[in-house]
Amino acid sequence: MTDIYTVITDFNLVPLIPEIFMALFAMGLLIVGVSQGNRSTSVICWASVAGLAITALLIMGLDWQHKIILNGMFVFDEFAGFMKLLVLLGLMASLALSVRYLAQEGIERFEYPVLVVMSGVGMMMMLSANNMLTLYVGLELQSLALYVLAAFHRNAVRSAEAGLKYFVLGALSSGMLLFGISLLYGFTGSIDFGAIGASLLAADSISFGPIFALVFIVAGLAFKISAVPFHMWTPDVYQGAPESVTALFAIVPKVAAMGLLMRLLFEPFAAMADQWGQIIYFLSLASMLVGAFGGIAQLSIKRLIAYSSIGNMGYALIGIVAGTPQGAGAVIVYLLIYMIMTAGVFAVILSMRRNGAAVEWIGDLAGLSKSNPVMAYAMAILLFSMAGIPPMAGFFGKILVFQAAVAEGYYVLSVLGVVSSVVAAYYYLRVIKVMFFDEAADPFDGRTPFARRAVLLISTAFVLAFILKPSLIVESAQSAALSLFFG
Amino acid sequence: MTVQAVAFFLFAGILTLSALMVITARNPVHSVLFLILAFFNAAGLFVLLGAEFIAMILVIVYVGAVAVLFLFVVMMLDISFSDLRKGAMQYVPVGFLIGLVLLSELALLYGAWVSVPEISNNLAAPVSAFAGKTNTESLGLLIYTHYLLAFQCAGLILFVAMVGAIVLTHRVRPGVRKQSVAEQQRRRPEDVLEIKKMTPGAGL
Repeated sequence: MTDIYTVITDFNLVPLIPEIFMALFAMGLLIVGVSQGNRSTSVICWASVAGLAITALLIMGLDWQHKIILNGMFVFDEFAGFMKLLVLLGLMASLALSVRYLAQEGIERFEYPVLVVMSGVGMMMMLSANNMLTLYVGLELQSLALYVLAAFHRNAVRSAEAGLKYFVLGALSSGMLLFGISLLYGFTGSIDFGAIGASLLAADSISFGPIFALVFIVAGLAFKISAVPFHMWTPDVYQGAPESVTALFAIVPKVAAMGLLMRLLFEPFAAMADQWGQIIYFLSLASMLVGAFGGIAQLSIKRLIAYSSIGNMGYALIGIVAGTPQGAGAVIVYLLIYMIMTAGVFAVILSMRRNGAAVEWIGDLAGLSKSNPVMAYAMAILLFSMAGIPPMAGFFGKILVFQAAVAEGYYVLSVLGVVSSVVAAYYYLRVIKVMFFDEAADPFDGRTPFARRAVLLISTAFVLAFILKPSLIVESAQSAALSLFFG
Repeated sequence: MTVQAVAFFLFAGILTLSALMVITARNPVHSVLFLILAFFNAAGLFVLLGAEFIAMILVIVYVGAVAVLFLFVVMMLDISFSDLRKGAMQYVPVGFLIGLVLLSELALLYGAWVSVPEISNNLAAPVSAFAGKTNTESLGLLIYTHYLLAFQCAGLILFVAMVGAIVLTHRVRPGVRKQSVAEQQRRRPEDVLEIKKMTPGAGL
């Protein structure tokens, strides 16, 4: 045992290849950007999309057997692989959506894609963390890049405010997380997930110490997935940040943070399932209700999406409450569907421009069915799906998590989940009503760029086609989830 | 009392007092100076614990760089700190309440603290490997072996921080005159000089 502190017993960098490639790729892009200047931004954006696609191929080429390397610092298994592919997909979609937007807003700077890719490296580290230290550095790498991105439109007061708000609350959440980790270290004497899990399992009873630690760690992570009561920053940051960054925030980091939370709860904290079950139960219930009722009064589509994402994280957490491989699989499917729907919705939101400036009020969508019927119908399909109306994909995501919860006897949570999803349906349907039945406003500027049309088309097609062969995704998600339990 | 105990109470006492002075001093320059004093005393406490490397880092990094940077900021920016502090008093009850809650939680925790049976094993594992080695040597061994990944990742974080700082603050100012060595080297006399023949008394 003592040996591992002076030598690396399992020096095998193969599972790390995707991360190493991404980091080097980002640095290479930075060099290109510095020599070519800001006019190369769109080229660098597309190059990063290509780089992310290569990273995804590298991940698919790896051996997906459970593997722990570098003295237990890093783990790669089916779960990590699957979640990383989701993250990469989300990053690619959000980058593709950003290219034209950056030019339109006059914030075309080549650092943008570099920061997005670096935050991606952080997210991949989070998903493969097998040690509190790896967890923390991954989380900080991700967050630091996102803080900068939130303030990217630095001449706009709103954007600067969003960046600062996100930074301050992110620092607070890091503080809580570290406090929790230090308590846990005091209790178990280790920061390695394996050792923590074994120590907790061996303990006769769970005393106050690890419960305190658990509460602080979960609270710190709840900030990242904006679960109620740690959601206050979400609407303001979503509204203030540049829209392409909002799209990124809504699509990707939550998937990574949710994956991290799942690994943490199902692996090292497996022995404390009774304790964390209560915490996640509350977070889930409160998020669903706040997401449903908070969204009703919103006039800005960006704030609406913020509340929608809070509610959606609540539904995803139901699967964790269930605490079974079935529930974990349902969470993965839910996140995938949520991510694809959100990407499609943002393709529409980013096209909301009049007279060269972005507009964000729901009323601005009025008459979209006349001026751009294809976009209006696609948006309607995506919103129906978000509201959970069959036969769209969103319905299946919800039904899978509810099934998992009911199988474990969480009837109250499931019923309240259904109720809040009915309430939330109101605001999704209101947007559809505005698009189709309200008096037409002026049409939006110009033609929709190719990337936005492609993202919109793909996500609508996915939402519609999911019913044809749901087993394709559900089964691979289930098997990924199984690797968390019987790694 | 042993020498160590005396030293501990001395360092801890001065540390607490100077920390208090940091937040109560009216003059911000005094606050920063008290902060430096607090850092020195914390370093003393680390030396008492046998963590001489961290003690030195604290002095070099925090006193040498961070605190001096604070001092520069405080002196160079024309901020009225008394204006900033105006209205801070109204948050005292809330802050006090939160502090009280945290303190009672810590007390509760301390009272009910039970470590897992494995803790001695978990803690002993790294210690025995480094018996008889100095702090610096052990850290050096650990950083490049056991914590290699975290160390590299910390490097990436610094990289992102640097890019971020440049993104948020760098502005291209038009009309700034800069020296370009390449341009200076490229200059040829015939491009910039015109040689005229002058006849005396005729003018140009």
